[in-house]
Amino acid sequence: MKELLNDVDRWKKQGKDIAVARVVDLDGSGPRLPGAAMAVSSDGEVAGSVSGGCVEGAVVAEALDVIESRDRRMVTFGYSDDEAFAVGLTCGGTIHLFIEPLDW
Amino acid sequence: MADTPIFDTLRDAIEAEAPVALATVTDGPGRGEKLLVLPDHDSMGSLGNADLDRVVERDMLGELAAGRTGIRHYGAEGQAREEVVAVFIESFAPPPQMVIFGAVDFTAALVKVSKFLGYRVTVCDARPVFATPQRFPTADAVVVDWPDRLLKEIGDSLGERDAVAVLTHDAKFDVPAITSALQTDVGYIGVMGSRRTHDDRTGRLVDAGVGPDGLERLRSPIGLDLGGRTPEETAISIVAEIIALHTGRSVQALRDTDGPIHR
Repeated sequence: MKELLNDVDRWKKQGKDIAVARVVDLDGSGPRLPGAAMAVSSDGEVAGSVSGGCVEGAVVAEALDVIESRDRRMVTFGYSDDEAFAVGLTCGGTIHLFIEPLDW
Repeated sequence: MADTPIFDTLRDAIEAEAPVALATVTDGPGRGEKLLVLPDHDSMGSLGNADLDRVVERDMLGELAAGRTGIRHYGAEGQAREEVVAVFIESFAPPPQMVIFGAVDFTAALVKVSKFLGYRVTVCDARPVFATPQRFPTADAVVVDWPDRLLKEIGDSLGERDAVAVLTHDAKFDVPAITSALQTDVGYIGVMGSRRTHDDRTGRLVDAGVGPDGLERLRSPIGLDLGGRTPEETAISIVAEIIALHTGRSVQALRDTDGPIHR
Protein backbone atom coordinates (compact mmCIF):
# COMPACT_ATOMS: atom_id res chain seq x y z
CA MET A 1 0.00 0.00 0.00
CA LYS A 2 2.78 2.38 0.95
CA GLU A 3 4.20 2.53 -2.59
CA LEU A 4 0.80 3.59 -3.96
CA LEU A 5 0.23 6.58 -1.71
CA ASN A 6 1.95 9.29 -3.75
CA ASP A 7 0.28 8.29 -7.01
CA VAL A 8 -3.13 7.89 -5.40
CA ASP A 9 -2.81 11.32 -3.76
CA ARG A 10 -1.95 12.89 -7.10
CA TRP A 11 -4.86 11.20 -8.88
CA LYS A 12 -7.24 12.29 -6.12
CA LYS A 13 -6.08 15.90 -6.48
CA GLN A 14 -6.67 15.61 -10.22
CA GLY A 15 -10.23 14.46 -9.47
CA LYS A 16 -9.77 11.01 -11.01
CA ASP A 17 -11.72 7.96 -9.91
CA ILE A 18 -9.57 5.16 -8.55
CA ALA A 19 -9.83 1.42 -7.95
CA VAL A 20 -7.63 -0.49 -5.50
CA ALA A 21 -6.82 -4.19 -5.98
CA ARG A 22 -5.35 -6.09 -3.04
CA VAL A 23 -4.07 -9.66 -2.76
CA VAL A 24 -6.18 -11.08 0.08
CA ASP A 25 -5.39 -14.79 -0.21
CA LEU A 26 -2.99 -17.16 -1.89
CA ASP A 27 -3.14 -20.90 -2.71
CA GLY A 28 0.15 -22.63 -3.36
CA SER A 29 3.08 -20.66 -4.64
CA GLY A 30 2.71 -16.96 -5.42
CA PRO A 31 5.09 -14.10 -5.96
CA ARG A 32 3.42 -11.54 -3.67
CA LEU A 33 1.91 -12.07 -0.23
CA PRO A 34 -1.53 -10.95 0.97
CA GLY A 35 -1.46 -7.17 1.32
CA ALA A 36 0.29 -6.56 -2.01
CA ALA A 37 -1.71 -3.80 -3.65
CA MET A 38 -2.17 -2.03 -6.93
CA ALA A 39 -4.13 1.12 -7.76
CA VAL A 40 -5.59 2.06 -11.15
CA SER A 41 -6.89 5.49 -12.13
CA SER A 42 -9.85 6.12 -14.41
CA ASP A 43 -7.27 7.12 -17.05
CA GLY A 44 -5.65 3.69 -16.83
CA GLU A 45 -2.56 4.80 -14.90
CA VAL A 46 -1.14 2.11 -12.62
CA ALA A 47 0.76 2.13 -9.30
CA GLY A 48 2.05 -0.88 -7.37
CA SER A 49 1.74 -4.54 -8.31
CA VAL A 50 0.01 -7.73 -7.19
CA SER A 51 2.17 -10.39 -8.85
CA GLY A 52 5.46 -10.62 -10.67
CA GLY A 53 3.87 -8.98 -13.69
CA CYS A 54 1.88 -12.09 -14.64
CA VAL A 55 -1.66 -10.77 -14.13
CA GLU A 56 -1.30 -6.98 -13.93
CA GLY A 57 -2.75 -6.44 -17.41
CA ALA A 58 -5.91 -8.36 -16.55
CA VAL A 59 -6.17 -6.56 -13.20
CA VAL A 60 -6.13 -3.18 -14.96
CA ALA A 61 -9.08 -4.27 -17.12
CA GLU A 62 -11.02 -5.52 -14.06
CA ALA A 63 -10.18 -2.33 -12.12
CA LEU A 64 -11.42 -0.07 -14.91
CA ASP A 65 -14.64 -2.09 -14.95
CA VAL A 66 -14.92 -1.65 -11.16
CA ILE A 67 -14.46 2.12 -11.52
CA GLU A 68 -17.22 2.15 -14.13
CA SER A 69 -19.70 -0.12 -12.30
CA ARG A 70 -18.82 0.87 -8.66
CA ASP A 71 -19.15 -2.86 -8.04
CA ARG A 72 -16.58 -4.42 -5.63
CA ARG A 73 -15.57 -7.97 -6.39
CA MET A 74 -13.27 -10.90 -5.67
CA VAL A 75 -11.21 -11.98 -8.67
CA THR A 76 -9.16 -15.15 -8.80
CA PHE A 77 -6.20 -15.79 -11.05
CA GLY A 78 -4.61 -19.18 -11.35
CA TYR A 79 -4.05 -22.16 -13.55
CA SER A 80 -6.63 -24.87 -14.12
CA ASP A 81 -7.41 -27.14 -17.09
CA ASP A 82 -10.52 -25.29 -18.22
CA GLU A 83 -8.83 -21.93 -18.21
CA ALA A 84 -5.52 -23.02 -19.62
CA PHE A 85 -5.57 -20.17 -22.09
CA ALA A 86 -6.73 -17.55 -19.61
CA VAL A 87 -4.36 -15.30 -17.71
CA GLY A 88 -2.48 -17.16 -14.97
CA LEU A 89 0.57 -17.16 -12.80
CA THR A 90 3.69 -18.71 -14.25
CA CYS A 91 4.59 -20.08 -10.83
CA GLY A 92 1.48 -22.27 -10.75
CA GLY A 93 -0.28 -20.75 -7.74
CA THR A 94 -3.64 -19.05 -7.38
CA ILE A 95 -4.14 -15.51 -6.09
CA HIS A 96 -7.39 -14.05 -4.82
CA LEU A 97 -7.77 -10.31 -5.31
CA PHE A 98 -10.33 -7.97 -3.84
CA ILE A 99 -10.91 -5.07 -6.22
CA GLU A 100 -12.97 -2.08 -5.13
CA PRO A 101 -13.44 1.60 -5.86
CA LEU A 102 -11.55 4.00 -3.58
CA ASP A 103 -14.68 5.50 -2.03
CA TRP A 104 -13.81 4.93 1.62
CA MET B 1 -13.79 11.89 -6.48
CA ALA B 2 -15.60 10.97 -3.25
CA ASP B 3 -14.30 11.82 0.21
CA THR B 4 -12.01 9.10 1.52
CA PRO B 5 -11.74 9.63 5.31
CA ILE B 6 -10.60 6.09 6.17
CA PHE B 7 -8.04 6.00 3.38
CA ASP B 8 -6.73 9.45 4.37
CA THR B 9 -6.27 8.37 7.99
CA LEU B 10 -4.59 5.14 6.86
CA ARG B 11 -2.26 7.09 4.57
CA ASP B 12 -1.31 9.54 7.35
CA ALA B 13 -0.58 6.66 9.74
CA ILE B 14 1.53 4.79 7.17
CA GLU B 15 3.48 7.94 6.34
CA ALA B 16 4.03 8.67 10.04
CA GLU B 17 5.16 5.02 10.44
CA ALA B 18 2.51 4.51 13.12
CA PRO B 19 1.10 0.99 13.52
CA VAL B 20 -2.36 0.69 11.95
CA ALA B 21 -4.67 -2.12 10.81
CA LEU B 22 -7.44 -2.07 8.21
CA ALA B 23 -10.29 -4.61 8.06
CA THR B 24 -12.42 -5.00 4.93
CA VAL B 25 -15.42 -7.31 4.48
CA THR B 26 -14.54 -9.24 1.33
CA ASP B 27 -17.46 -11.68 1.41
CA GLY B 28 -20.85 -11.86 3.11
CA PRO B 29 -23.25 -9.08 4.16
CA GLY B 30 -21.71 -5.60 4.02
CA ARG B 31 -19.05 -6.44 1.46
CA GLY B 32 -16.61 -3.52 1.27
CA GLU B 33 -17.38 -2.22 4.80
CA LYS B 34 -14.25 -1.12 6.68
CA LEU B 35 -12.86 -0.78 10.15
CA LEU B 36 -9.60 1.08 10.78
CA VAL B 37 -7.79 0.54 14.08
CA LEU B 38 -4.86 2.50 15.52
CA PRO B 39 -3.69 1.26 18.95
CA ASP B 40 -4.63 3.77 21.69
CA HIS B 41 -6.99 5.68 19.36
CA ASP B 42 -10.70 5.43 18.61
CA SER B 43 -11.41 3.13 15.69
CA MET B 44 -12.93 4.45 12.45
CA GLY B 45 -15.70 2.98 10.33
CA SER B 46 -17.76 -0.15 10.94
CA LEU B 47 -18.23 -3.60 9.44
CA GLY B 48 -21.99 -3.15 9.83
CA ASN B 49 -22.55 -4.75 13.23
CA ALA B 50 -21.35 -3.49 16.63
CA ASP B 51 -20.62 -6.97 18.01
CA LEU B 52 -18.70 -7.94 14.88
CA ASP B 53 -16.74 -4.67 15.15
CA ARG B 54 -15.80 -5.45 18.75
CA VAL B 55 -14.53 -8.97 17.98
CA VAL B 56 -12.70 -7.95 14.82
CA GLU B 57 -11.07 -4.95 16.52
CA ARG B 58 -9.66 -7.25 19.19
CA ASP B 59 -8.34 -9.63 16.52
CA MET B 60 -6.88 -6.72 14.53
CA LEU B 61 -4.81 -5.58 17.50
CA GLY B 62 -3.43 -9.12 17.85
CA GLU B 63 -2.67 -9.44 14.13
CA LEU B 64 -1.03 -6.01 14.12
CA ALA B 65 1.25 -6.89 17.03
CA ALA B 66 2.33 -10.02 15.14
CA GLY B 67 2.61 -8.15 11.81
CA ARG B 68 0.18 -10.62 10.14
CA THR B 69 -2.11 -9.96 7.18
CA GLY B 70 -4.85 -12.33 6.00
CA ILE B 71 -8.51 -13.37 5.88
CA ARG B 72 -10.49 -14.40 8.99
CA HIS B 73 -14.06 -15.68 9.12
CA TYR B 74 -16.83 -14.78 11.57
CA GLY B 75 -20.55 -15.13 12.17
CA ALA B 76 -22.71 -12.10 11.33
CA GLU B 77 -22.29 -10.87 14.92
CA GLY B 78 -18.67 -11.87 15.29
CA GLN B 79 -19.23 -15.49 16.36
CA ALA B 80 -16.20 -17.75 16.17
CA ARG B 81 -16.34 -20.99 14.14
CA GLU B 82 -18.86 -19.51 11.70
CA GLU B 83 -18.15 -18.44 8.14
CA VAL B 84 -20.87 -15.91 7.32
CA VAL B 85 -18.48 -12.98 6.90
CA ALA B 86 -14.97 -13.03 5.44
CA VAL B 87 -12.83 -10.16 6.73
CA PHE B 88 -9.46 -9.25 5.25
CA ILE B 89 -7.28 -7.86 8.04
CA GLU B 90 -4.26 -5.96 6.83
CA SER B 91 -1.51 -4.99 9.28
CA PHE B 92 0.72 -2.03 8.64
CA ALA B 93 3.48 -2.49 11.18
CA PRO B 94 6.15 0.20 11.43
CA PRO B 95 9.29 -0.60 9.43
CA PRO B 96 11.92 -2.79 11.11
CA GLN B 97 14.96 -1.02 12.51
CA MET B 98 18.59 -1.40 11.47
CA VAL B 99 21.04 0.09 13.97
CA ILE B 100 24.59 0.34 12.61
CA PHE B 101 27.50 1.03 14.94
CA GLY B 102 30.57 2.49 13.28
CA ALA B 103 30.57 5.20 10.60
CA VAL B 104 32.88 3.52 8.07
CA ASP B 105 32.80 2.78 4.31
CA PHE B 106 30.89 -0.45 4.89
CA THR B 107 28.31 1.57 6.79
CA ALA B 108 27.42 3.72 3.77
CA ALA B 109 26.74 0.60 1.68
CA LEU B 110 24.76 -1.10 4.45
CA VAL B 111 22.65 2.04 4.92
CA LYS B 112 21.76 1.92 1.21
CA VAL B 113 20.73 -1.73 1.03
CA SER B 114 18.90 -1.53 4.37
CA LYS B 115 16.84 1.41 3.10
CA PHE B 116 16.18 -0.56 -0.09
CA LEU B 117 14.77 -3.39 2.06
CA GLY B 118 12.54 -0.98 3.99
CA TYR B 119 14.44 -0.61 7.26
CA ARG B 120 14.46 2.49 9.41
CA VAL B 121 18.23 3.04 9.67
CA THR B 122 20.21 4.60 12.53
CA VAL B 123 23.98 5.12 12.26
CA CYS B 124 25.87 5.62 15.53
CA ASP B 125 29.53 6.45 16.11
CA ALA B 126 31.20 8.31 18.96
CA ARG B 127 33.44 10.26 16.55
CA PRO B 128 31.69 13.47 15.37
CA VAL B 129 34.00 13.79 12.33
CA PHE B 130 32.72 10.52 10.87
CA ALA B 131 29.13 10.39 12.08
CA THR B 132 27.63 13.12 9.89
CA PRO B 133 24.36 13.17 7.93
CA GLN B 134 26.39 14.31 4.89
CA ARG B 135 28.24 10.98 4.82
CA PHE B 136 25.01 8.98 5.23
CA PRO B 137 22.37 11.08 3.52
CA THR B 138 19.78 8.29 3.32
CA ALA B 139 20.04 7.23 6.99
CA ASP B 140 16.98 8.14 9.06
CA ALA B 141 19.17 9.18 11.98
CA VAL B 142 22.91 9.75 12.46
CA VAL B 143 23.82 9.81 16.15
CA VAL B 144 27.12 10.91 17.69
CA ASP B 145 27.27 8.88 20.88
CA TRP B 146 28.59 5.74 22.50
CA PRO B 147 26.78 2.55 21.49
CA ASP B 148 25.80 1.60 25.02
CA ARG B 149 24.27 5.02 25.64
CA LEU B 150 22.23 4.90 22.42
CA LEU B 151 21.00 1.39 23.20
CA LYS B 152 20.05 2.44 26.72
CA GLU B 153 17.77 4.95 25.02
CA ILE B 154 16.28 2.90 22.15
CA GLY B 155 17.04 -0.72 23.18
CA ASP B 156 13.52 -1.36 24.47
CA SER B 157 12.10 -0.64 21.01
CA LEU B 158 14.17 -3.41 19.37
CA GLY B 159 12.52 -6.78 18.66
CA GLU B 160 12.66 -9.91 16.55
CA ARG B 161 12.36 -8.07 13.20
CA ASP B 162 15.13 -5.57 14.01
CA ALA B 163 18.89 -5.79 13.48
CA VAL B 164 22.07 -4.43 15.01
CA ALA B 165 25.25 -4.39 12.91
CA VAL B 166 28.53 -3.63 14.67
CA LEU B 167 30.99 -2.52 12.01
CA THR B 168 33.55 -0.63 14.09
CA HIS B 169 35.99 -3.55 14.54
CA ASP B 170 37.59 -1.58 17.34
CA ALA B 171 37.32 -3.35 20.69
CA LYS B 172 36.73 -0.13 22.59
CA PHE B 173 33.48 0.45 20.64
CA ASP B 174 32.63 -3.18 19.81
CA VAL B 175 32.50 -4.55 23.32
CA PRO B 176 30.05 -2.01 24.80
CA ALA B 177 27.95 -2.16 21.61
CA ILE B 178 27.70 -5.96 21.75
CA THR B 179 27.12 -6.28 25.48
CA SER B 180 24.32 -3.70 25.36
CA ALA B 181 22.77 -5.19 22.22
CA LEU B 182 22.69 -8.57 23.99
CA GLN B 183 20.51 -7.01 26.70
CA THR B 184 17.81 -6.20 24.10
CA ASP B 185 15.41 -8.55 22.29
CA VAL B 186 16.87 -7.62 18.89
CA GLY B 187 16.59 -10.52 16.41
CA TYR B 188 19.97 -10.13 14.72
CA ILE B 189 23.33 -8.99 16.05
CA GLY B 190 26.07 -9.08 13.40
CA VAL B 191 29.66 -8.15 14.22
CA MET B 192 32.31 -7.36 11.61
CA GLY B 193 35.92 -8.41 11.74
CA SER B 194 38.46 -10.92 10.50
CA ARG B 195 38.69 -14.37 12.07
CA ARG B 196 41.58 -13.07 14.18
CA THR B 197 39.62 -9.99 15.30
CA HIS B 198 36.71 -12.27 16.07
CA ASP B 199 38.84 -14.55 18.28
CA ASP B 200 40.39 -11.61 20.10
CA ARG B 201 36.98 -9.99 20.58
CA THR B 202 35.42 -13.21 21.84
CA GLY B 203 38.05 -13.25 24.60
CA ARG B 204 37.23 -9.67 25.53
CA LEU B 205 33.51 -10.39 25.56
CA VAL B 206 34.03 -13.36 27.87
CA ASP B 207 36.10 -11.09 30.13
CA ALA B 208 33.18 -8.61 30.06
CA GLY B 209 30.87 -11.35 31.38
CA VAL B 210 29.21 -12.57 28.14
CA GLY B 211 28.26 -16.24 28.50
CA PRO B 212 27.93 -19.01 25.88
CA ASP B 213 24.28 -18.13 25.14
CA GLY B 214 25.26 -14.54 24.41
CA LEU B 215 28.15 -15.57 22.16
CA GLU B 216 25.83 -18.00 20.33
CA ARG B 217 23.46 -15.13 19.52
CA LEU B 218 26.20 -13.21 17.70
CA ARG B 219 26.67 -13.46 13.94
CA SER B 220 30.42 -13.01 14.01
CA PRO B 221 32.15 -12.62 11.64
CA ILE B 222 29.15 -10.91 10.09
CA GLY B 223 27.50 -12.00 6.83
CA LEU B 224 27.10 -14.96 4.52
CA ASP B 225 30.09 -16.55 2.81
CA LEU B 226 29.40 -15.02 -0.62
CA GLY B 227 33.05 -14.30 -1.31
CA GLY B 228 32.48 -10.63 -2.14
CA ARG B 229 34.99 -7.96 -1.14
CA THR B 230 33.62 -4.48 -1.75
CA PRO B 231 31.53 -2.60 0.84
CA GLU B 232 28.48 -3.08 -1.40
CA GLU B 233 29.03 -6.84 -1.74
CA THR B 234 29.62 -7.09 2.00
CA ALA B 235 26.38 -5.20 2.66
CA ILE B 236 24.48 -7.69 0.50
CA SER B 237 26.04 -10.61 2.40
CA ILE B 238 24.88 -9.02 5.68
CA VAL B 239 21.25 -8.43 4.66
CA ALA B 240 21.16 -11.85 2.97
CA GLU B 241 22.20 -13.36 6.31
CA ILE B 242 19.36 -11.49 8.03
CA ILE B 243 16.81 -12.76 5.48
CA ALA B 244 18.07 -16.33 5.84
CA LEU B 245 17.92 -16.05 9.64
CA HIS B 246 14.27 -14.96 9.48
CA THR B 247 13.28 -17.70 7.06
CA GLY B 248 15.41 -20.38 8.70
CA ARG B 249 16.88 -21.36 5.34
CA SER B 250 20.13 -23.12 4.62
CA VAL B 251 21.25 -20.57 2.00
CA GLN B 252 22.11 -22.85 -0.86
CA ALA B 253 21.66 -21.68 -4.44
CA LEU B 254 18.18 -22.36 -5.85
CA ARG B 255 19.64 -24.43 -8.68
CA ASP B 256 21.16 -26.80 -6.11
CA THR B 257 17.85 -27.34 -4.29
CA ASP B 258 14.38 -28.46 -5.31
CA GLY B 259 10.81 -27.77 -4.15
CA PRO B 260 8.73 -24.63 -4.52
CA ILE B 261 10.51 -21.26 -4.65
CA HIS B 262 7.85 -19.49 -2.57
CA ARG B 263 6.77 -21.32 0.58
